[in-house]
Amino acid sequence: MEKFNKHTGTAVPLRRSNVDTDQIIPAVYLKRITKNGFEDGLFAAWRNDPAFELNQPQYKTATILVAGPDFGTGSSREHAVWALQNYGFKVVLSSRFADIFRGNSQKAGLLTVILAQEEIEKIWKEIEAKPETSVTVNLESKTVTYGSTTLDFVIDDYTRWRLMEGLDDIGLTFTKIDQVSNFEEKRASFKPKTLPIR
Amino acid sequence: MGKTLAEKIWAEHVVSSTAGEPDLLYIDLHLIHEVTSPQAFDGLRLANRKVRRADLTIATEDHNVPTLNIDKPIADPVSKLQVDTLRKNCEEFGVRIHSLGDVEQGIVHVVGPQLGITQPGMTIVCGDSHTSTHGAFGALAFGIGTSEVEHVLATQTLPLIRPKTMAINVEGTLKPGVTSKDIILAVIAKIGTGGGQGYILEYRGSAIRALSMEARMTICNMSIEAGARAGLIAPDQTTFDYVKDKPHAPSGTDWDAALAYWQTLVTDSDAKFDKEINLNADELAPFVTWGTNPGQGLPLSASVPNPADITNAEDRGAAERALEYMDLKPGTPLKSIKVDTVFLGSCTNGRIEDLRSAAAVIKGKKIADSLRLLVVPGSARVRLQAESEGLDKVFLDAGAEWRSAGCSMCLGMNPDQLKPGERAASTSNRNFEGRQGKGGRTHLVSPLVAAATALKGTLASPADL
Ligand code: SF4
Repeated sequence: MEKFNKHTGTAVPLRRSNVDTDQIIPAVYLKRITKNGFEDGLFAAWRNDPAFELNQPQYKTATILVAGPDFGTGSSREHAVWALQNYGFKVVLSSRFADIFRGNSQKAGLLTVILAQEEIEKIWKEIEAKPETSVTVNLESKTVTYGSTTLDFVIDDYTRWRLMEGLDDIGLTFTKIDQVSNFEEKRASFKPKTLPIR
Repeated sequence: MGKTLAEKIWAEHVVSSTAGEPDLLYIDLHLIHEVTSPQAFDGLRLANRKVRRADLTIATEDHNVPTLNIDKPIADPVSKLQVDTLRKNCEEFGVRIHSLGDVEQGIVHVVGPQLGITQPGMTIVCGDSHTSTHGAFGALAFGIGTSEVEHVLATQTLPLIRPKTMAINVEGTLKPGVTSKDIILAVIAKIGTGGGQGYILEYRGSAIRALSMEARMTICNMSIEAGARAGLIAPDQTTFDYVKDKPHAPSGTDWDAALAYWQTLVTDSDAKFDKEINLNADELAPFVTWGTNPGQGLPLSASVPNPADITNAEDRGAAERALEYMDLKPGTPLKSIKVDTVFLGSCTNGRIEDLRSAAAVIKGKKIADSLRLLVVPGSARVRLQAESEGLDKVFLDAGAEWRSAGCSMCLGMNPDQLKPGERAASTSNRNFEGRQGKGGRTHLVSPLVAAATALKGTLASPADL
């Protein structure tokens, strides 16, 4: 996973609430067996509409998605995160994220930042008026900055540390693998096993 | 102070806990399917890692498999590649798999319970958000992403932050024709699609206790539509009886030990939930969604709402957008809405009881001319059971299509899809835009409403026939 410290880029407004993972990437695009190439399915149902924000020339190079509340509800498909990353997004801002989506994004290194809905509204207005506005998301100082505005955001220290170090969870767990073995020795014998087949 | 059920199960599975870090939780069962696993197995191979506990892992093919001509090779080359990849991965890593044509093949959340490997007090995960289904047994079960699938394959654990707990108290008695699907749709309409975010839900109360195991699964299944990653119900005699004769149920002294443990799996009387919601079962009616998220639902006797009446700006905008997509006018009685397709199936309502209750409504009648009824059993076993009871004949005689097991039109990844503009009454769990096919429109309903709608051609409950 790439280390995430700070990112500066332009932002695209997505003025919709409850954008679920079926909107982010419909199921028919999930058939790949790799982690890349999902950008063509991103927001597939809306991509043919010239009015859709991502299609507007002023937002073509945006790397920060400013989404409505309850972003990423629905299925557990991590493909939704990959699709956003494959397309070029580094950060998503929203007032509420679905739990599984947020967990997935933190594993894959896509930064999801929670801001109050009124702040999201202000950012929407700013980037609609001035699409070239540069937005900086600083994980080290836990701030989002655009124009003369700086906003603090909250993220738990552990996740922040992992993202900043670019650490892979599996590697971290392997440092505790003896504890896992100890736990296994004490597990009750009546717990079911899938093998042998009965 | 006492503990809630969720807190008990959590505490028993903590492998390691450090302040300021997520707990490392042991996982008792890992379910796998073709869509969310290929990248995880790839990750293992790249890092030269093994599956730590193949004996706690099981795979089935469900999400994109065809439900017709399953004895022929899968026609869609991309789907075929994904299924072949799963088969190869399971072979390489020694994971048990139930493939198309196998009697145990089916939707992953139908297969676990019917094999008896879903039991009370377990931690269960799967790369699928409806893993919450298994919570019906008093297990802590939740959906995970592909990175987490890889993590569980490699270590049989997951680092997780413990969610808060919410009690959903449903007291009273359901009226005839009202089902557990209507309870959960009413819960979601009440708390919203984000209401359960950050919580584990525990469904409690006399109306829940009175439900069968399969009806409980329907409720826990849709916890995710309420925003919660997991939902559970304390195990009781209904649970124990259901598990008892299943192939992987404990036997002999193991059964006694298991039972003694399972009986401790209740929320202590002095435990405190972070939040409580109350619902009166006596007041519930058959429910149906009118919009494009599962929280946009109303009793079937109501009319399409007018967005102008909604005070919350966010909800109003969502309602306007939903009505436009659904092509519905405010004030239209829900019962007057004409439907093109009825889908009976999915991990929400594709079990034998669901098929029985729908068949009882349909028996001896014909479905409306203008409509197709797709019946897709949740697993190959459910299909066989239904056939042994003659349910397939009931459906076929009525003019329905009788299919093989899989997710099918629940997510429209295989050929079973709605056409643009087509309207469906569906017993599945998601009415998102395009979920069942690009441009398709979905109304979520119970199996009883699905059956009555199939006969009438418009949204209806058996009482309307
Ligand atoms: S039936 Fe639908 S909800 Fe259930 S596992 Fe399959 S796709 Fe997911």
